[in-house]
Formats: sequence, structure tokens, C-alpha cells
Amino acid sequence: MLAYIARRILSTIPVMLVVAFVVFSMLMLSPGDPAAVIAGDQATPEDVERIRAALGLDRPFLVQFVDFLWRLVNFDLGTSIFTNLPVTHMIAQRIEPTVSLMVLTILFSVAVAVPMGVVAAWKAGSWIDRAVMVFAVLGFSVPVFVIGYLLAYIFALELDWLPVQGYTPLSRGFWPFLENLILPTIALGSVYIALIARITRATMLEVLAQDYIRTAKAKGLGTRPILFLHALKNAAVPISTVVGIGIALLIGGAVVTESVFAIPGLGRLTVDAILRRDYPVIQGVVLLFSFVYVLVNLMIDLLYTVFDPRIRY
Amino acid sequence: MMGRRAAAGLAAAALAVTALAAPAVRAQAASARVLRFAPHAPLANLDPIWGTQYVVRNAAMLVWDTLYGIDSRLEPKPQMAEAHEVSDDRLVWTIRLRGGLRFHDGEPVRGTDVVASLERWMVRNPMGQAIRALRQELSAPDDRTIRLRLAAPYPRLLQALGAISAPCAFIMPERIARTDPFTQIEEAIGSGPMRFRKDEWDPGTRSAFERFDRYEPRDEPADWIAGGKRIAFERIEWIARPDPAATASALLSGDLDWWEQVAPDHVPVLRRNRQIGIDIADPLGNIGSLRFNHLHTPFNDVRARRAVAMAVDQADYMRAVVGDDDVLWRRVPSFFTPDTPLYSDAGGEILSGPRDHEAARRLLADSGYDGRPVTLLVAEDVAPLRAMGQVTHRLLGDLGCAVDYVATDWGTVARRRAVRAPPAEGGWNLFHTWHAGVDCATPAGYAALRTNGDDAWFGWPNDPGIERLREAWFAATTLAEERAVVAQLNRASMAFMTWVPTGLFMAYQAWRRSVSGIVKAPLPLFWGVAKA
Repeated sequence: MLAYIARRILSTIPVMLVVAFVVFSMLMLSPGDPAAVIAGDQATPEDVERIRAALGLDRPFLVQFVDFLWRLVNFDLGTSIFTNLPVTHMIAQRIEPTVSLMVLTILFSVAVAVPMGVVAAWKAGSWIDRAVMVFAVLGFSVPVFVIGYLLAYIFALELDWLPVQGYTPLSRGFWPFLENLILPTIALGSVYIALIARITRATMLEVLAQDYIRTAKAKGLGTRPILFLHALKNAAVPISTVVGIGIALLIGGAVVTESVFAIPGLGRLTVDAILRRDYPVIQGVVLLFSFVYVLVNLMIDLLYTVFDPRIRY
Repeated sequence: MMGRRAAAGLAAAALAVTALAAPAVRAQAASARVLRFAPHAPLANLDPIWGTQYVVRNAAMLVWDTLYGIDSRLEPKPQMAEAHEVSDDRLVWTIRLRGGLRFHDGEPVRGTDVVASLERWMVRNPMGQAIRALRQELSAPDDRTIRLRLAAPYPRLLQALGAISAPCAFIMPERIARTDPFTQIEEAIGSGPMRFRKDEWDPGTRSAFERFDRYEPRDEPADWIAGGKRIAFERIEWIARPDPAATASALLSGDLDWWEQVAPDHVPVLRRNRQIGIDIADPLGNIGSLRFNHLHTPFNDVRARRAVAMAVDQADYMRAVVGDDDVLWRRVPSFFTPDTPLYSDAGGEILSGPRDHEAARRLLADSGYDGRPVTLLVAEDVAPLRAMGQVTHRLLGDLGCAVDYVATDWGTVARRRAVRAPPAEGGWNLFHTWHAGVDCATPAGYAALRTNGDDAWFGWPNDPGIERLREAWFAATTLAEERAVVAQLNRASMAFMTWVPTGLFMAYQAWRRSVSGIVKAPLPLFWGVAKA
């Protein structure tokens, strides 16, 4: 197992290299120019060129890429073109809100979606099943920002239960931290819940049709043990796979959610950096997200062995 | 496309969600010693010479000071300078610094700091470049004296040193000012009334400034960037939110004291709240611009440029930019800013009166336009530019032009507009921008008005006659002479149609009634502002 983990961690290196190359290439090939944005509207083309040269953006593509890689292997993500601050510092400033939002969303979504999917499968064809499916379709169809505004209208405006925007760090107390994240978590979790609930239902339907489930029923085992000990454990592998894949959904959704709820996180940092063409920041954030994605999927792979002892690495 | 009314309705609904939710926003205890301010854009850097964005200039005005500062009559007044002398031949300027000036690191401001700062500024500022070309000597004979010797008189020197136009002539410590003008400085140390708290800076969301106790304001009352810069706050916090509705909500709930630039769609909700004051932010506004590329057909022919101008209805552009609030815009048949001393609309008839599209079509045909698509660059991420681009798209269609409408972002427009190749090879024919009214009050630093061919601003217009008139303005010695030359300059520029002014638009600022002393100016001024 340890050898497998080591191999998988090592295998992330070429993956990250490919990601780094693709991200770097796309940024370099995309139109737009940070030097022109820095120079301002009144600058002459010569001023823009001199700023570009000072930033090293006039160097050949490969030279810039090798320089970028060299810094990367030295664990240096570079310095923001605009703020002159280290990218790691900027990421560190913004990582807490985003990680908090994503972790809460994952926990909340799994806690809600898995029971929903299980019950829907158990009661397949009933009104409960249909209600879950309607919810799933809505979750997929309604954009996150619409859900965000609706939640704000109901729970902040009408009921005055929760704040509508902002972020309070965990260091200032658990409840202030949590109350700011409840609505964003529900908004961001809507798509995720829909995805997990659907997969859970589909997988559970398949498992519940297996012979061993019929045997368990024939032996007089109760509904809960059948559903949650026998069926769900065997359905867990595809469900956990979807949870892992869904991290990408969450990353995309976090950008929108952070804007709607004015949360100063990595999503907003990414959007600002893209609009300004702040290449080192974009590269740093995308690499971080990619690394997290690879790491989460590694953890999911390892979880397979817990859910299904037949799987060995 | 969604209509403006529908868009306004949606925006109002979104705002209502956040605005009426004010009781739910857990505001921190407001303090009269802290001012919370929402700038028009996040502060992404703080080097006012390297980066010339207005938000950087505005923040820099708190941190750094200038030798001179213009007042609300656009006249330069001494600021760090105590006095100056000019030689009889007007070639040697000797400026003496006020006593007691100190940088935030405790070091005194010396003449050598001023020399190094002006050297860096002269590379980037158009007026500074003109001074640099004439400079024979710039030195500091002693710690409080600066001497500038020129090869020829430059009567606008004090205007240049005190101008609001970015980059301003901010004075930095010599060790910082020696940084290459095209490389960002590492430290934000000035001698202005507030010091920048770099340790609290979260670029894109929050910046903090702390009062510099050793700042010695002038005795005169503050008037724009002239006079005594007395700050009533221990701290000023700049808080940028990505969503204007969130900013409006913060203002209504008391989380914010002052919003620099209110999006037009949010004005009605703010007006309904008695705790909120709202007024025009910058009385000089901004002049919208439709910029031609003079290198390529069809707009290398003055008839094609004038044909477009004949068809332009500034009301269409301005209503697209600011909506139905007629207070926020006015027609400007001029390249110069209304209500400023040199304003002239001579030759501006082409932009006023009834629009004649038929005559415009005939003139365009006379220019030899062959139906080739014209490339219009539109920055869709900047609301006024998107609005003007859409109006131009329709206008060109009405004139029978095929349009290659390039919908992109400002970063891409900024890059592509520098391309001199034909449109089919990555170049362009037209793009929109705007110029701050304060920059268009005189020809001094007005780069967009210049017609010096290859050295001109994007579009590279070439008309030596207009350049001669500009030089004549520099040589003018009385206000009457200046006015006469500017009238000729406007007439010649209209005839040549360097670019098309699409109207003057303004924006509202809003503040909580507990805040007093906010003035109308081209930039937010914090001196004289107080909070109950």
C-alpha cells in the first residue's frame, strides 16, 4: 500500500508538469497584455514595450517556460506582476475562505445527498423518488448565482436569520465563521448534491437488485442494515468516485459563489488575475487547484480499499 | 440582448436582496476615527509612476506629496514647495522646499529626493517628457533647494509639477526613486498625510492607510490637491467588493462610509434612503472617444472619419453609458472639457444639430470605402466601452459599413490597439476609450489630441498643422492668447477629425450622512472629510 501511495504521489509530478505546460502555453498564446494594462490608457506603445521588457515578457516562450519550471522546482511560484507580492503570499491570504467553503460544501453535500439517493432508490417510483429527481434536475439546471440570490432573499431579507455577505475567519469564533458560510455552502452545494444524489440512487438501484440483497431480505434483516451496511457499502465506490470528480465542479462554482457573497477567496483572486493577465498568479492558483484535484482523487482511490476489500494496490 | 430597463430592473432586484438585508449584515462597530471607503477598482499595486491606473493615482495621493498641486480653478499652488524663483530669461527655475518635510521612515525630504523623483517621473509623464527634452540641469544645490535649467522656456512647468493627470510628480525617497521607471518599486514610502500599511494589504479586496503624525499640512485651506491636507481619521480603509450590489448593501448597512463611483442602476435605491447622500463625483467628468486608426482604409481618409462624425448622435452614446439620468451626461462638440477656462467648441458644428445619415453615407462613399469590413475592438468587460461599442456597431451598420465586431476584454484591446498592421493581419480600425475631463482641460498632457504620426497615441494621426498649434499654445503668455489658440486647435482637430468625442459622462458618488466634507473633484479627496 505504501509503495502504491508513493508511486501515485510520484506520478503526480508528470501530471503537474503537463498541467504547468498547458497552463503556461495557454496564457502565453492568449490575447491580452499585462504590460498594456499596467501602463494605463495614456501610455505610448513604447512605454508598453519597455514595461513588457522589464517584466521579462518579451523573452522567447521556451526561455520563459524554463524559467518558470526552474522556479517551480524550487517551490517558488513567482511574484505577481501587478502587486509585486509573492504568489504564495497572495494564495495564503485567500486560501482560508475558499478551503472553508469547499470543505463545508463537501461535508454538507455528502451528508444530504447520500441519504437522499439511498431513500430514492429504496422507494423507487414513489413520490419520494420523484421529488428527489425533481430536486436533482433543479440542482443541475439553476445557476449557482440564482440560488445564491434566492437564498439571500429568503434567509437574510425575509427571515433575517443569516448575514448575506462577507467572511469571518475561524479565529474570530466558530459561529461568526459558520453563519457567513451557511448560505454560500448551500448555494454551492446545490449542484453537488444533485450530482451525488443521482449517482447514489442509480448505483443503489443496481445494488438493490443483486441476489445477496434478496437473500438478506429473505433472512429477515431490517431495512436500515440492508440499505446502509450491505447496499451502500457496495455502492460506495462509484459514489466516492463522483465525489472526487465533483471537486472540479466545486472549484468552478466557488468562483461564482465568492463573487455573489463577497467572499475574499481564491476564486476571486483567480478572476482578478485573469482580467489583468497576471500570469504568475493564474499559474499558481491553477497549479494549486490541479494539485488539490490530483490529491483528492488519490485519497478517493485509497478509500476504495476501505469500501471494497477485494481492491488491492 | 437585454434592454436597459430590464437590466435595471434585474439589478434593482439583486440590490433589493442585498440592500434590504442590511439588518442581517453584521456590521463591525463603526468608529469616527476610521473611514471605510469603496474605490472604483481594487488597488492592485502602489507605484504611481510604474502603474498609471486612476485607482493607483488616487491611493498614491494619500501616501505621497507633490511640489505643487492644482486647485479647483486648475491653477498650480505650492504644496511641498515653499517658494520658487524664475530667472529673467525664464530658463532657470529655483524651487525651495518647505521646512519640516519628512518621509514616513522618519528621514527628512531632501533636494536629492526631489531630483531623483522628478527624473523618474519625467520618463513616464508626457509633460515630463517635454521638460526632460529641454532640461540642461536638474540638481539640488542644498537639501532644500532644487534647480532646473532649461534650454528653452517651458511656461507650463508648475502645471506639470502639480497636475492630477497620472502619473503625477510624486516625491519619493531617493533610494526608491532611483528604481527604473518601468519596474515597480518595492516600498511605498512617501511624505504624504497617510502611510500605507503594506502588511495589511490584500490586493483586490482591502488596503489600509494610517495617519502619519509627523505630516505638516500647509496653513491654507484645502482646495483639491492644493492647500492643507488635514486628515481627520486615524485609519482609512479601502474595501473593494466585486459586486456593486454588495457595495451598495454595505453602504446602506453602515459597513461602508463612502462609495467613490455608484453604478447608475443602484442610484434609485440609494436615493430612497435618508441616511445616504448622493451627488456627482467629478464635475469635469469623462469624454467618451471613438478612436480611428489613421493608417488603414477607410479611416485614413478624412472624409470617412467625418462621415462617421456626421452620423454620431452623442445622446445615443451617453444614454447607453449612463441610462436615463440626464444629469449624468452632456453633449460636447469639442475635444476640451466644458466649464474649464480654455474650453472651445469652435468647429464643433459637425457634432451638433440634426444628424444627417444620408449625407454621411454619401461622404463615406466619396471616400472610396469599398465595403471591406471595418474592425471594431470592444472591451466587453468595461461597461461604458461595451455600451459605446454597441452604439457604434449599429451606427456603422446604418452607414452601410460591414463591421467585424471584436468582442473581447480590455486587456486584449490594450494589446491589439498597439498593432499597426492592417486589420486583416491582427490590426484594427476603431476602438472606444474615454479621457478624464481633467486631462482634457488643456493641451499640455493631452496625448490623445496629438497628431505627430508615428509618435502619436494609438491610431497614429498625422497632421503637422495641429502639432504647430499645440506648440503655439505652449508659447502663449496670456489667458486670452491661450483661448484663441485652443479655439484654433479645436477647429483644426474637428476638421481633421482625429477622433470622435462621443459626449461627456459623469458618475455619482454616495456617502453616509454621518460623513461630511466630501467635495466634487476628479479624484476622491480625504482631507477635510470628517465623520460624526
